[in-house]
Amino acid sequence: MALALRTFATVKDANTALRSTGTRYLGGGTLVVRAANEGDVSVSGLVRSTDPALSAIEVAGGKARIGASVTMAAIAGHPGLGALAKAARAVGGPAIRNMATVGGNLFAPAPYGDFAVALLALDATVSTDDGELPIEIFLANRNDSRAIVTSVSFTLQKAEGFRFLKVSRVKPKGVSVLSIAAVLERAGDGTVSSARIALGCMADRSMRAKAAEKVLLGRTLDRHGIAAALAAAGQGTSPITDPIASAWYRAEVLPVHLGRLLLS
Amino acid sequence: MAKVPVQFTLNGSEKAEFVDSGTTLLNALRDKIGDTSPKGGCHQGTCGACSVIINGELRLSCLTLAETCNGAAITTTSGIAEGGVLHPLQRAFLDTFATQCGFCTPGMIIAAKVLLDHTPNPSRDEVIEALSGNICRCTGYEPIIQAVLLAARANSQNAA
Ligand SMILES: Cc1cc2nc3c(=O)[nH]c(=O)nc-3n(C[C@H](O)[C@H](O)[C@H](O)COP(=O)(O)OP(=O)(O)OC[C@H]3O[C@@H](n4cnc5c(N)ncnc54)[C@H](O)[C@@H]3O)c2cc1C
Ligand code: FES
Ligand code: FES
Repeated sequence: MALALRTFATVKDANTALRSTGTRYLGGGTLVVRAANEGDVSVSGLVRSTDPALSAIEVAGGKARIGASVTMAAIAGHPGLGALAKAARAVGGPAIRNMATVGGNLFAPAPYGDFAVALLALDATVSTDDGELPIEIFLANRNDSRAIVTSVSFTLQKAEGFRFLKVSRVKPKGVSVLSIAAVLERAGDGTVSSARIALGCMADRSMRAKAAEKVLLGRTLDRHGIAAALAAAGQGTSPITDPIASAWYRAEVLPVHLGRLLLS
Repeated sequence: MAKVPVQFTLNGSEKAEFVDSGTTLLNALRDKIGDTSPKGGCHQGTCGACSVIINGELRLSCLTLAETCNGAAITTTSGIAEGGVLHPLQRAFLDTFATQCGFCTPGMIIAAKVLLDHTPNPSRDEVIEALSGNICRCTGYEPIIQAVLLAARANSQNAA
């Protein structure tokens, strides 16, 4: 393996170094070092920044900002991020969670990216030195993104408003058949007043289930009320096929698991 | 390839080496320093055989670059016996036949040690969760789970 790592105190200097061809940013290394070990010669150099802001978690005034180098284990253990702990704990086994970062999860191809699914449902904002982007736009353009992600931020949800489900075959740490996150608000009469539903493994990266979200508005969260949303859930998806599940299987079971999540 | 200096504490002893930039901690430990207790199984983060403790946290040495460990305190299975006496986990693995080919054993013991360091009296489910990143192809896992529970009991009896 021929990989040279360069470490910079500031994100700005690391960003400049990242411009050289074949250079990738090193987060926790669980994907990028793995790729190099596997013989991926497209990676010839790694860059990282030790800027402490990248490892900071700020929770204040109903908002959270999580530095890109924050690990899944740190999120799962943070008292202010309780609602998100389930999504952070869904990523790999204990050693992986000690290494896997939020920044890296945004780039992880399906079947990975479970935490990004949660961030998409939360409508997070992704920050780089160049500015901020809504996560949906960031994910759509991530293959062309050359800037270091510095943090993600979002409005905190009450535990009952945020739902997350990872479906896997091997418990407790198998990779996803699919993952689903939802942020649901309800009006006084119990009907859904706003819904954001994000899906993992239903495309090469996390995606919103916009058709299902739309038909859920004004409905109650019972078997009858969610039926139309379940019927619409597969619209626009193109699930991945991997050794865990075929695209057909994933498409078949999506409404079942979405139903369980909505009724939970 | 540029050589870079790496300095850390390994099982309580200072180590200083020059490694090729990009060398994994697993390769640095095994090939440069001569601690072959972490095993290279998959080099993919999947098997857990290369598990080590870095600054109190369970990590995979195959996915960690040695040069990111400057100043760190690293523990491997070869460093947990004290004064020639096996660590309670090592003793329990022998006593419950939790080792067959032995390839997964150092990683299992390290993952279990991190658990017992934080949770001295774990439940069976907590043991399963703690070992969930480690693969064993021989034992069927049950003897390993029993070994960790036995070591936890031995620990709590010693403490009582
Ligand atoms: C055994 C195993 C099991 C896994 N299980 C799961 C799982 O269950 N769920 C899941 O979601 N993932 C899983 N993963 C994948 C991975 O561990 C996570 O997705 C993790 O969050 C990736 O983060 P990282 O910091 O390790 O990424 P790295 O490997 O460091 O980086 C991945 C990519 O993102 C880029 N990148 C990283 N950080 C930044 C940044 N701040 N700015 C710009 N680019 C950046 C890198 O350049 C690289 O291209 C697993 C991986 C392994 C090896
Ligand atoms: S060799 Fe590191 S996890 Fe398998
Ligand atoms: S004892 Fe052989 S792999 Fe576990």
